[in-house]
Amino acid sequence: MTEQKDAKEAKEQTPAFGANGHIQPGRYYGHGLPYAPIDHYPGKIIAVEGTDGVGRSTQIRLLREWLEVQGYGVVETGWTRSALMQPTIELAKSSNTLNKLTFVLLYATDFADRLEKEIIPALKAGFVVLSDRYIFSALARAGVRGVDRAWLRSLYGFAIAPHLVFYLKIDVDTLIRRVLSARGMDFWESGMDLKGGDDIYDSFRSYQNKLLREYSSMADEFGFRVLDARRPIDVLQDELRRQVQAFLVNADGSQAQESEPAEKHP
Amino acid sequence: MLNNLSTPHEYPGKLFVVEGIDGSGKTTQLALLAKWLSAAGLRVFVTEWNSSALVKAATKMGKKKNSLTPTTFSLLHATDFADRLLYNIVPPLKAGMIVLADRYAYTAFARDVARGVDRAWVRDLYSFAVRPDLALYFRVPIDVSLDRLMARRVKLKFYEAGLDMGWSMNAQESFRIFQGKVLDEYDRLVEEFGLSVVDASLAITDQQQMVRNLVSRQLEKPALEVVNQ
Repeated sequence: MTEQKDAKEAKEQTPAFGANGHIQPGRYYGHGLPYAPIDHYPGKIIAVEGTDGVGRSTQIRLLREWLEVQGYGVVETGWTRSALMQPTIELAKSSNTLNKLTFVLLYATDFADRLEKEIIPALKAGFVVLSDRYIFSALARAGVRGVDRAWLRSLYGFAIAPHLVFYLKIDVDTLIRRVLSARGMDFWESGMDLKGGDDIYDSFRSYQNKLLREYSSMADEFGFRVLDARRPIDVLQDELRRQVQAFLVNADGSQAQESEPAEKHP
Repeated sequence: MLNNLSTPHEYPGKLFVVEGIDGSGKTTQLALLAKWLSAAGLRVFVTEWNSSALVKAATKMGKKKNSLTPTTFSLLHATDFADRLLYNIVPPLKAGMIVLADRYAYTAFARDVARGVDRAWVRDLYSFAVRPDLALYFRVPIDVSLDRLMARRVKLKFYEAGLDMGWSMNAQESFRIFQGKVLDEYDRLVEEFGLSVVDASLAITDQQQMVRNLVSRQLEKPALEVVNQ
């Protein structure tokens, strides 16, 4: 137990973002979960961020296949997928009773549930966690709605800093074309709760522009690897694989215990 | 926004909250207070902990499956709190009413920390809360509260007894351990947030007298909405 206590103290002395903005991948951003020490867990978190319609799910699916062929165990996680929160979030969105704070807190609860039940156990067991969105979408959406940014960072202090964050960047015009040819604009993606007017198209445009600016403003702070998502799917995927490969090779090389190459092939 | 719990609010209404462990008698005292204020012609609005319809379903399900962690437990209650603050607390305060809250942010500070969440984190979480004009803490020894709960033939609930923490398989023993930690946290809060302590082992009428005295002092301040009788 003293090992855990030491780890805890060390963690407390090295906050991730904050005063000097120094983020340590694989460590809690802030205060963290005192009852869940995570130091030296072998797994990795790869987060793929970006606004609605930018192609995240496709890229994650392809990335997962590739990783598994290489022999990595993969666990996927994504927004509002927690069994605990999904029904509540669906209900809340449809009943239009959310204020910006409850909106934020519902998503934070969903995230906490997945972090403790899915992500941390996966890290401990040495899996690669592919996260479809991470906390940054929540930060962006809340930021656009005027929620205090310092408060948001304190709230998400319990989150673990991913090892890699890919931000799939797109411009509003391309986004609009994709969304309209796929499915149309929905209430929430158009920021209609912000009550900018009745016109969904205008609202979508304005809201997504603001969102894109929020994401951009976080890129440096959180070390986003920004990728041009306007490119064809396979071009983008090749880029992702290249970067993930480079990272994993490095990470595997520096890990204290080395696993035999033979274990990587089924 | 980050300072609301330490900065006095500027609404025309008043916010009085009661705190204490389960079985401390705070709910009884709150009800008597509400009656007295209403009888005096004041408009009163009562709000209870973990009562928002929005969050009820999730909390119920999570508790049923025993799948709540200290952090999700904390966040769910914070979500409920944010919902009630917007709909049930601020509007009556703006309307010049008296809002009585059965439990407030201090419950989270005491319970969630007893479960192991970071002390500073949970305070930051609730930093958007309106500061009460008066926060009454009904301090009672564990044995007294247990006796009261048992007398009501209340079956100790899983989370109320802290059984999720695995300190003991026995509900009563677990309750003692958990609520003991909660009591320690409350004692810190008295100092930190200026809670007014009421000895909850005294007779009901004696406690109520103290409560009314404390509340009266608060009411001598700027005008409140009085209903014509």
